[in-house]
This record gives sequence, structure tokens and C-alpha cells, in this order.
Amino acid sequence: MTQIAHLVIRGARLICPVTKRDEIADVVVERGVITRVGKGAGEAARGPEDSRVVEASGKILGPGFVDAHAHFREPGFESKEDIESGLRAAARGGYVAVAAMPNTSPVNDTAAITKLMVERARSVGGPKLLPIGAITKGQKGETLAEMTLMRDAGAVGFSDDGRCVVSSGLMRRAFEYAKTIDVPLIQHAEDHSLTVGAEMHEGAIATRLGLRGWPRVAEDIIVARDLLLASYTGGTYHLAHASTHGSVALLREAKSRGLRVTAEVTPHHLLLTHEAVLSFNTLAKVNPPLREQEDVDALRAALADGTIDMIATDHAPHGAPEKSCTFTQAAFGIVGLESAFALIRRLEKEGVLTFMRIFESLSTAPSKLLGVIPPALKEGARANFALIDPARVHRIERGASKSVNTPFFGQEVEGRVEMTVADGAIVWELT
Amino acid sequence: MSHLLDIASLEKDVISSILERSRVLRGDKNPPKVLSGKIVANLFFETSTRTRSSFTVAGENLGARVLALDLQTSSVSKGETLLDTVKALEAMGVSAFVIRHSESGAPHFAAKRTSAFVINAGDGRHEHPTQALLDARTILDKKGRLEGLTVAIAGDVSHSRVARSNIHLLGKFGAKVNVAAPLTLMPRGLESFGPHVHCFHRVEEALEDADVVMMLRVQTERIEEALFPSRPDYHRAFGLTKARFALAKPDAIVMHPGPINRGVEIANEVADGPGNVILDEVANGVFVRMAVLEHLFSEPLA
Repeated sequence: MTQIAHLVIRGARLICPVTKRDEIADVVVERGVITRVGKGAGEAARGPEDSRVVEASGKILGPGFVDAHAHFREPGFESKEDIESGLRAAARGGYVAVAAMPNTSPVNDTAAITKLMVERARSVGGPKLLPIGAITKGQKGETLAEMTLMRDAGAVGFSDDGRCVVSSGLMRRAFEYAKTIDVPLIQHAEDHSLTVGAEMHEGAIATRLGLRGWPRVAEDIIVARDLLLASYTGGTYHLAHASTHGSVALLREAKSRGLRVTAEVTPHHLLLTHEAVLSFNTLAKVNPPLREQEDVDALRAALADGTIDMIATDHAPHGAPEKSCTFTQAAFGIVGLESAFALIRRLEKEGVLTFMRIFESLSTAPSKLLGVIPPALKEGARANFALIDPARVHRIERGASKSVNTPFFGQEVEGRVEMTVADGAIVWELT
Repeated sequence: MSHLLDIASLEKDVISSILERSRVLRGDKNPPKVLSGKIVANLFFETSTRTRSSFTVAGENLGARVLALDLQTSSVSKGETLLDTVKALEAMGVSAFVIRHSESGAPHFAAKRTSAFVINAGDGRHEHPTQALLDARTILDKKGRLEGLTVAIAGDVSHSRVARSNIHLLGKFGAKVNVAAPLTLMPRGLESFGPHVHCFHRVEEALEDADVVMMLRVQTERIEEALFPSRPDYHRAFGLTKARFALAKPDAIVMHPGPINRGVEIANEVADGPGNVILDEVANGVFVRMAVLEHLFSEPLA
């Protein structure tokens, strides 16, 4: 993917949380850098012969998305996804950078694996890959992984995602060590002793289907404890995929005390309840599980008011063998990179979120967490943006990801990413 | 009806006709051999003596050939999946599968992928529809009605497919159901099954003025899971003793899906005492299962 020599986007609605801009204007990109932004900026622009002009009236141009939580399955499970297909899926979804969780095989708990992932992504091109290293060796929750060495190889944060660091003593030391080397910890909050054999949210639907329950309190207990430990150690804490109204209340209280913690929520937790599992729908099997309307309402309100900082996909690809089976045997996970914007658009239509807040939660907030420069529509910035047709109706179907495991499959959605520019190069364009 | 997967989705009039037909079949020494030339496969992925035997007798009474597969020790251990087993037997001409499986939803999974009939003979903690049908048949025999009765269901409700199927069925026919379980064995949100469900954690409250007392089997492996401390402790807290049974109506009946843990969920004196209809349940099982098979085969295969 080569850097853009000269690109003019004309007449789009520019929405940029970094510059607080929301206006119809032009953007001019030269040699990968935004050189001009403003009304009529594209008229005056006179580029070379190969200059590209995109008439974008009616479209939205926003900062490229950054995903704080995805699973690219490489190394180890390349039949589900690999770094190449994952990054291509990300580009189609408007993403310019994606954090890849460490539950690969082997686990990304050493600099060698981190380096392999970074190099692989570099050879593929497209959106930037941001490796997340494991907090503990082998994600076993016993001893600390080599966080400094991984950081220097490119890891931007640490998590045992899929597993929770259950030991309070170990989590305390992880906080302290991570603070020493200035990296954030990302917690998958689940007290595993409360979720033995769990298959879905514990409640009326689980009882009806005879499936084993994953109670909210298993998440809330860890969130409460982690907030206490974050306060005690001063470490940087990020809560992965918040799913309960209890987590929301705990976060709100902690933030009101000035504690600097962040949290993410997924599109599926914002849009679906445990009823999606009825008739043993394995596509709705996910961890943490889909919960109840009161949780959905709390998560939406929290995302709107900033208690929850960002939207992350938890893109978790699985092939047919892991989903075309009984519910008990099915794997947990939902893909999300290609459908995130169109699904979140539903919340804009419902008046829950503004476009400004959507771009902030899909781009600016995760950038800050992961230590990358937040994509911005401003002169002098590297071009990292997504051009979106907000009115374009389409169906969620197979895209660039190797997997299609989403309960939204086949649904009609509105709003489509038509072009993604990452680090000055066009990485996706709808043709 | 092309399968019998659960009571929750079964229409009331279908249930009524199966219950009525089972009564007629009970009096018929020579029932019509409507399954003559058909092959029914019993796929029991969990051990079971009485349910499997009951289905075998029911199928043979109707003229079917019944393959009783012991899947504990055969192909399953070689890694063959439920679906592979169903597909292979279907290719041999099996036209109905009776499936018992430890996973909730396993028969539903199979039903979506086969053109043969599927009967759920108990799936995980989900449902055991023929047990609820035979229980309803037994209650009707003893009480003459379901509507307006108070049925107490007590024990390990959390793991019980029998409880779930019975709660659904009794609700459809206007019975009130008092559900009692130690809180460690009570699933969340059971009240959502309907306004006829009333939950208690003291067994005495559930038994009060009950017409029918249904005790659930409690498995000792739950001790390992820290769900109750010991068999004697459970019996003290929750067992159906003579004193507790006295809280029910004087003519109350005692039911149990079997096999009974004597001295745990039911005291010996109650298990062998008046009101015990446990063997009536077993006998009715055959006729109810015959009625189910007849009903399925009365419709063309999908």
C-alpha cells in the first residue's frame, strides 16, 4: 500500500473530536499528510496529474477508528483468522489501528511473539497492528510475563484477555510493575470461581434453556477489586468489554472520585440481550455473555455520558466447526470489525449517541489508551480517516475476515465505510 | 408436530390428545402396529435404565424395530459426534431418534439437521418432555384433573429437566406449581415460566395444601460442587419426611422420576407409604411414549 501523492475529499461533513470540528468542508492530503482543511480548500487545491478528487457531498469524514480489543488468531489458529485477513477486515470497517489480544498459540507472552506479530503486520500493510502482551506467563495467572521486553518489541498494553487475573496479590504486583514501565493493564473481569462451566448470562433465559449461568456478580466483584487496587497502586486500568449495570455503577463512582480508569463496551453488548440465545443460537454465545435490558440501558447511558470511554469490538473469529455444534460445545465469540460502525449507527438513529461521540469512542479514546496519536482532521496530521456514507443500506455478510460468526449476520444496516486511509495510504475502498 | 423436543413449545391440544391416547392404549391389549417396518434408534449418551427400556417397549409394542445403542462405550468414545451418529443411522433407514444427552439443546441441534423424527428423552438441564407427559397422565388418573391443583416440586430444581418440563406442562393446564429448592439448587428467574410458579426455599411452605408432591432426585456429585454438605444434612433440610408430607392434603400423592435416593430426598416411610404412585408413573411411561410415537408417525416425514 503506497502513500497517497495527492487526494482531495470535497464537501464531506467533517466530524473530528480532536479539533471539535463538525462542518461541511474539504480535506487535502499530500504525500500522506493532511495539508489543508476547510471550506473551499479543495477548490484551490491543484495537484499533480495523478491527483485524486473524491466528491463526498452527503458523506461523513471522520478520524479512522482504533480498536482496543480484537483477536487475530495468529499465531496458532490461522484457520479462523490471521493477521492479514484481520487487518483487511479492519480496513473495511474503517479502522486504522487494531490492538490484538495475546490469547494466541503460543500466547503472546514474550518479545519474540510480539515481534513476530509486528513484523507480520508490517509485511501485510494496511491498518497498524498494536500487540497486547500477556500480563502473566502463559496467561496462567501465576507469574509476571516479560512486560518491558514486550513493550520494547511493540506491545502497547497488557492483558490476560479470555482469562482474568484472579489473584489479588498478583494483580497488585502487575499494577505496580506496569506503572513502573508506564503501560496500561486491560482486565477481562471474571471471577472464574463463579463461572465454572458457564455458558450464558445467569437469568430467566438460562433457566429456561437449562444452560449454566454466568452471573453479573462475577464481573462486578473483579471490577470493584480492581478499582480498589488501581487506587491503591496508582496503576493504569482499563476494563475490557463491560457487560453489567453493576460495572457501570462502580466505574461511575470511581470516576467521580477522580480515579483515572477507562472502560470499553462492545456493539453486541449495546444492542442485544440474552434473549438472542433463545433456540440455542450459538452465534450469540459470547464471553462476557449478552445480558438483560437493564444492563443494555446502563451501558448505553454510560457510553453516552463518558462513564464508558470507548467502543471496542472484541472481534473474535471462529469457524463453522466451533459454531455449528451444540451450544455447550460452541466457542465463545462474535466478529465485529467490519460491522461495528453500521451497528453503532443504530444508536445514533435512536438518539443515544451523536456522531461526535461515536467518533470519540471509536477513535480518540482508544488511541489515548493505547498510546497512539489520536487520528485527527487537521493540517499537519498524518492522514488517518474513514469516509462513510451514512445513508447507505446494506446487509452484514461475509467480508474480508475468514469468519462470519455474528448474530447480526444477514441483518440490514445503514451506514457504510466507503474508504479508509491509514497512515497516509488508502487501505480500503468500496468499489 | 414433527419432533418432540420440549413441552415449552408444545401446543396444549397436542398434549391433551397424547394424554388421552395413552389412556386408550393402556386398555388395548393389541394396539395397532402403526410402526411396523420402521426403525427407531435409541441414542442414549447418558446412562439410563428405565427411560431407555420404556422407549424400547413402547416402540416394540407398536411394531417397530428398536435399536438400543449404548453410546457410552461405542462410537462416541472414538470421537464420533452426535451428528455423525444420526447421519449414519439415518442412512441405514432409521426414521426416528430418541435422544438422551447431557447437553441442553442437543436434540434440537440434531432435529435441525435430520429429516427423521427426533424425540427428546432428556437433554441436560433443559427438558424431559415424556416424563412430564407421563406425570400428567398419572396425576389425571389419580386426581381426574390438572386445573386448579397445587403441585409441589421440590429438590434439585437447578439441574432438573424433569422440573422444567413439568412446570411448563402444569402451567398450560392451569395447575399452580410450588417450587422448592435449597437456594444453592434453585435456578434464577424461574418465576418467568409463568404466574403459576411460586418459589420457596423452605420445603414446608411449598408442601402446604399440595395435591401432588413431586420430589426430585439429588445427586451426590453436588456435594463435590459444594451445593449441599452431605446426604444426611440434605435430608434434614429438605427431605420429604412423614411430618413434612403431612403438610400436604390428606389425599396427596407422591411422585418421583426415579431412581430414588432413599433417606435423602424421600424418607423410606414416605416412599413406601400411602400416596406413593411411583410405579404408576413407570407403567404410564410406556403408554405415553407409545402415544408420542404414534402421533409423530401419523404425520408424513418432513
